Amino acid sequence: MKKIILKIEHLKKSFGEKNVIKDFDLDVYEGEFLTLLGSSGCGKTTILRSIAGLDPVTEGHIYIDGKEVTNLDPQHREVNTIFQNYALFPLMTVEDNIGFGLKMKKVPKKEIEKRVHDMLELVHLLGYEKRKPKELSGGEQQRVSIARGLINNPKVLLLDEPLSALDQKLRKSMQLELKQLQKKLGITFIYVTHSQDEALTMSDRIVLLKDGKIEQVDTPVTIYEHPNSLYTAQFLGDSNLFQGVVTKVEKEYTWVRVHETDLKILSSDWKVGDELDIILRPENIKISLESGKENPLQGKIIDQIYDGAVTNLMIRVGKQMINAMYLGNDKLYAKGQMVYMTWDIEDAIVLKRKSSDNEQ
Amino acid sequence: MKKTFENIYLVGVFLFLFLPIAVLILFSFNTSRLNIVFEGFTLHWYQDLLQNRTLLESLGNTLIVAGISTVVSTVIGTISAYGLHKYNFKGKSLVNELLYIPVVIPEIVLGIALLSVYTLLRLELGLFTLILAHICFCIPFVIISVRSVLDGMDSHIEEVASDLGASRFQTFTKIMIPMLMPGILSGAQLSLTLSLDDVVISYFTAGPGANTLPLQVYSMIKTGITPDVNALITIMLGIVFILLTISTIVQLRRLKKEVTV
Repeated sequence: MKKIILKIEHLKKSFGEKNVIKDFDLDVYEGEFLTLLGSSGCGKTTILRSIAGLDPVTEGHIYIDGKEVTNLDPQHREVNTIFQNYALFPLMTVEDNIGFGLKMKKVPKKEIEKRVHDMLELVHLLGYEKRKPKELSGGEQQRVSIARGLINNPKVLLLDEPLSALDQKLRKSMQLELKQLQKKLGITFIYVTHSQDEALTMSDRIVLLKDGKIEQVDTPVTIYEHPNSLYTAQFLGDSNLFQGVVTKVEKEYTWVRVHETDLKILSSDWKVGDELDIILRPENIKISLESGKENPLQGKIIDQIYDGAVTNLMIRVGKQMINAMYLGNDKLYAKGQMVYMTWDIEDAIVLKRKSSDNEQ
Repeated sequence: MKKTFENIYLVGVFLFLFLPIAVLILFSFNTSRLNIVFEGFTLHWYQDLLQNRTLLESLGNTLIVAGISTVVSTVIGTISAYGLHKYNFKGKSLVNELLYIPVVIPEIVLGIALLSVYTLLRLELGLFTLILAHICFCIPFVIISVRSVLDGMDSHIEEVASDLGASRFQTFTKIMIPMLMPGILSGAQLSLTLSLDDVVISYFTAGPGANTLPLQVYSMIKTGITPDVNALITIMLGIVFILLTISTIVQLRRLKKEVTV
């Protein structure tokens, strides 16, 4: 059994009349890379700030390493926060910035020097000791701010969209670097982001938030391949949604009527007449010119869009537009061509339709 | 053609700005007692100045009042600006608006208002009431200048400091004060200049025996301004000039250092 380093119980937070966090519970395990993922306004940063103690909570309890910290000031919590805009102390040198936490704890000067040196080595910034923040690039500043947090050996490091101010390429390399750093040090990271891409690449577990509530908590693989709601499926990755009604149920397979075609799915506890959502990822759809054996959904090529290593296809089925893709960038199809779409039966994500999904 | 016009214009502007001061300096070396014609060079008035007890005493008063009121209003103003920036409370916007009142109302109104308060409280007019009055009109200037720095500051900086283990007091002294220093200094500088040359408010709040230099000079108009005032002012100008030169050199050096890095 893994040790729980952070426990949040019944967290509620409201700003005036507005309830931003509604009854939020979460256990975070030691050494884990956990991502709070959600669109802007879903409350992910609010949760992070509550853990750090930067904003008081309205209701609920927060425990760090078994000790209740709900009403403690930030300086007494064994967590550190990394902000999106780095928030380095502008007048201090890099080494004074990084050593600030230890200085506040009255660690002897010699030891501070040594640990700052180690930290600089860890984030590849040796030789930058005497520089001021404004003499550093965005990526370097963010490394300093990460080092400034990590040097205190926090029980949990909280990162609030730390990479979103960096350019695409730097962001990619920093993602890997952060992940490696986290593995190496074994410190628990709680990472807030709105980028599904970052969440999938870096996390051990993803907490998907919607309107201040947990939508799903799972590993990246599970949350992407087995989303338990339409919202999750559509938030992470691209998806095509077919809405249909069960027409026939057999022991192994079930048939669902979609666009006047009966699609075959794996049987579960579906009953005839059930309304189902069938979700297909673009990369799982296979295109062929002849009608295949299974699930031969016919459609018309509307457009093919060049996207570097892959080509995206827009295919119309009935009134619906379907996204598909194939690897490579040769133009294989002509506009207006009729094609068949098939897929492996286990690639289809099937969910019972909720009444609230009907609007979409 | 255009160039000559530009030059004439420039010289004109500078003459307009500095001619009065140049005349004043010139007349401090004038043998004539009247500030009308220049008759010959002398250092006589500087010797006279050293004998002029009242003038020197009023200079002393001015420096005491300006010094104390600058320090006190800078401290109070800085702390108020920080509090007003950081905390939200009922009536905050009202307080913010009220701050500008001492800045914009005519000095004479503030002078009379202070005098009536002192009378009401039965405070005896003197150096103390004078200092109080100066602190009163300097504080808003400090608050405004410190707040302008605070408004441009990253709000996460303070949070990071407390997140890294600094207490509120440590955050304020170790992080905020150094960052606010430009605002604090310009606030202090404003207070100092305002206090040094204030006549109107001082006129109402000074009382006998607490004459400041501007008040003294003002009262001399009735009896005629002696050239030793010119001498005194020339000395003061000299001191200001030296201080300005030093601060410019320091700033230039710092700028140069930043550029090379």
